[in-house]
Amino acid sequence: MNRPNASGSSIESEQLRPIAAAAKAREPMNVLIVGVGGQGVIMVSKALASLAQSKGFEVKQSEVHGMAKRGGTVFSHVRFGPQVWSPTIPKGEADILVALEWAEGLRWLAYLKPDTGIFICDTKRIVPPFACLNRRPGSPLRYSRETPAEVKAHVAEGYAIDATHMAEELGNERVGNVVLIGALSTALDFSAEDWEKSLAQFVPKKTIAVNLDAFRLGRNWIAEARTNPAKIESPATKTAAPAHVPYSVRLEITAEWCKSCDICVKLCPERCLRLNEERIAELAQPEKCTGCRLCELLCPDFAIKVHLDSPKQGVAA
Amino acid sequence: MQAMPETADQSKRPDKDVRPLTGNEAIARGAWEAGVRVAAAYPGTPSTEIMESLAAYPAEDLHAQWSTNEKVALDVAIGASFAGSRALASMKHVGLNVAADAFMSQAYIGVNGGLVLAVCDDPGIHSSQNEQDSRIYGQFATVPVLEPSDAQEALDLTRLAFDLSEQFDTMVIVRGTTRLSHTRSPVAIGPRSEHPSRGFVENPAKNVMIPAHARRRHTAVIEREAKLKQYLETATINRWETGDASFGVITAGTCYPYVREVLPNASVLKLGASWPLPEGLLRRYCESVERVFVVEELEPVIEKELRALGIKVEGKQFFPREGEFSPEILRAGFEKAGVLEPRAKRASWALEPLARPPVLCAGCPHTSSFMAVRASGARVAGDIGCYTLACLDPLRGLDTTVSMGSSIGNAIGMAMAGDTKPVMATIGDSTFLHAGIPSLINAVYNQANITVLLLDNHITAMTGGQEHPGTGKTLRGGDAPKVDYEALVRAIGVTWVRTVDSYDLAQMYQTLREAIAHRGVSVIISNRPCVLDPMKIKGPALAIVNEQCNACQSCMNLGCPALTWGDDTFEGRHKVKIDQSMCIGCTLCAQVCTVDCIKPAAPMTTTTVTQ
Ligand SMILES: Cc1ncc(C[n+]2csc(CCOP(=O)(O)OP(=O)(O)O)c2C)c(N)n1
Ligand code: SF4
Ligand code: SF4
Repeated sequence: MNRPNASGSSIESEQLRPIAAAAKAREPMNVLIVGVGGQGVIMVSKALASLAQSKGFEVKQSEVHGMAKRGGTVFSHVRFGPQVWSPTIPKGEADILVALEWAEGLRWLAYLKPDTGIFICDTKRIVPPFACLNRRPGSPLRYSRETPAEVKAHVAEGYAIDATHMAEELGNERVGNVVLIGALSTALDFSAEDWEKSLAQFVPKKTIAVNLDAFRLGRNWIAEARTNPAKIESPATKTAAPAHVPYSVRLEITAEWCKSCDICVKLCPERCLRLNEERIAELAQPEKCTGCRLCELLCPDFAIKVHLDSPKQGVAA
Repeated sequence: MQAMPETADQSKRPDKDVRPLTGNEAIARGAWEAGVRVAAAYPGTPSTEIMESLAAYPAEDLHAQWSTNEKVALDVAIGASFAGSRALASMKHVGLNVAADAFMSQAYIGVNGGLVLAVCDDPGIHSSQNEQDSRIYGQFATVPVLEPSDAQEALDLTRLAFDLSEQFDTMVIVRGTTRLSHTRSPVAIGPRSEHPSRGFVENPAKNVMIPAHARRRHTAVIEREAKLKQYLETATINRWETGDASFGVITAGTCYPYVREVLPNASVLKLGASWPLPEGLLRRYCESVERVFVVEELEPVIEKELRALGIKVEGKQFFPREGEFSPEILRAGFEKAGVLEPRAKRASWALEPLARPPVLCAGCPHTSSFMAVRASGARVAGDIGCYTLACLDPLRGLDTTVSMGSSIGNAIGMAMAGDTKPVMATIGDSTFLHAGIPSLINAVYNQANITVLLLDNHITAMTGGQEHPGTGKTLRGGDAPKVDYEALVRAIGVTWVRTVDSYDLAQMYQTLREAIAHRGVSVIISNRPCVLDPMKIKGPALAIVNEQCNACQSCMNLGCPALTWGDDTFEGRHKVKIDQSMCIGCTLCAQVCTVDCIKPAAPMTTTTVTQ
């Protein structure tokens, strides 16, 4: 119980070094595994926890089930050592961060130990519907813009792996998480056979072979990346935002043709239309209108025409 | 490679069978080992897996059931206790509100067979409607509250709870939190001890709560509290861990590991029961140290009690009353209190995290229901379940959500108060059975002009896919009679009832219009199974003909996570693409496409359903 604070106070003097090393060995190993619901974050953490347990460590594995069954943020803390107290890893104290999705990796970056933390991240992007809500012409995707190169420059040791793609090439895109287990295995001192034994407990019997292939692929990828970093540069994930085009929107509503069905009012994504006193469609909140043309397309009587005017050149045909 | 830590000292757990269990699995194990014979629950995160784990033990050992709601579950357990068997009810914190009526009176009656109530709180509101502190219920009803700090204690304290229950003639609460429920750690397990039924004991003065009996029982309850306090003065579940005497920490439950994480050498009094509290022990402990901190998540239950005893303590001025604790929060509190040196702050890379709010699954049948609800222009009283997510963009289909079953009552009130829009209630199948039926009867009785949309996805989805009386299956997977919603609704006097296929958007729109036009109570049952539970549904994926897509993004109104922006644009807006691995082929996007450019990705094959 004599565990000193993990405050990382810089003990530099020669004679203190062995003591510091011994103290360090009393501190648990902290591995944070993150991703999006449905990706297999929990399976990765179970495989690691079970392996550590079988090697005589005390293990705590903690996860939280969010509100959504699929598509939400998922994270699992795995801590093992001679004794583990908190089930969650304190911020800035993760030894390894394994991310199954790019933006999720970035979300948890601050949990890594600044000087020694290892970052292992799939470059797969799962873009939430929320990132694609803005219908204004030229509006950018609301997804993280940082590139693997930028991220690597900010961590002690970083790997951006196109694991999902590698899994697809193996013929089963669901084993992307196991490619990452392979990568993770190179950061911890357990033997490859032990990993494979642990893995086999957590994957369906029929898929053991492809999972082991995926594991080895991830393991070899890191070995290669260490010896030859330039060779395995992951594809840049930066997407250029379409150039913003200044424009204005005008709705031309032919009152005589409107039969007050209010389809446009109910289905306008910005909810900026209404029926006026004469029950004719009108644009109530012009500042909200993005010119998406849904009302024009949905009006059964062609009573609405959307004009997208740009000062310089007509955006619309 | 990271340098490995030392392994654990194996001598601490000689020749015991040690398994990695979550807190919930350990509570279930503890109950099984204690010889529980009847267990009942209604699902609710984070408590759900307690009953699911219990159902994995042999049916000869115990009867385990999903009940229709928490009050029913607790009543079932109370009944089993009356009959002389050990019994368990489990629920989430807000479930105890539903069961509170039975709970408060049972506290007077006491037990025959040991009775344990496992309640899991959700500090931090990971998946709930509030973060109330269940320990206050223990205080309110004068029922003891045991608080495990890890899975091993979850097992040990649950076993003990049954013994205490019989020893002190009281129901006992085992209180967990999300962190306990969903953290896996090593647990030494043991065999089951059988407790044969004691048989029903006829004793109306104790078992029948009429005023004359209840008055006497109240006296007994107060005497019981004194005996419990006496017991807790020396009970080994309270642990006095000595350390530096300049300050001490009183804590309980899942806060304890955080305290140890940040203060490995401090003096700590770890309480195994957070209600009632042993006065003598607390006084002695507080006198042994110069300053006393109380570290407890949520409400200052222990802190207030200490203050009432006239003991000077510190607590909530350093540790928040809301949210979940973490080592960081405790560290910040102890730094502020001046007992920990502030750490040097390192400037970290300021990244703006991606907003990833929870979403409905691709192909979720609730999606189309809420597309139609949105188009109906109604005022919508919502309820609790996956469909609550329809409150977010882009569906934005419901206006209120209070608690399970509130929608119909709320809708009646809105209609009676004269809301200018047509009023609708949307309620899931499990929620309807849980608490929706009495309010629907009320709507008929009081002749409210409302439309009720019963979202029947054939499962209790949000909590992970549990059976309920409408699914035709029991907790253990056996066959059961199935509620016929149409017949039920007609029997209580609703004359306008229709069942529609949720995937037929045009029919959904049309039926909703007609239902709203009907004066009085109208009920629509939207009928399609959840795509995840009990079976994963994956049909052939659809694809967008890129050249034809005019980027109107009509399909994006659905909020289906399989739909995202493609790289190409039209008039400056992104065309849409479909993620083939996520799409389940529900065709909703094709139904709302304005230019009919969403087609099967491959030639049609039959739908595959995998377990
Ligand atoms: C009193 C109470 N008990 C349990 C819960 C947990 N809970 C939230 S949603 C839900 C199930 C909803 O099922 P259903 O109404 O069928 O909707 P679905 O999720 O299937 O769409 C439960 C049990 C709760 N929030 N409150
Ligand atoms: S789990 Fe089922 S009900 Fe819930 S969002 Fe997914 S498909 Fe819909
Ligand atoms: S058919 Fe369309 S709406 Fe349905 S799951 Fe596929 S992409 Fe989503």
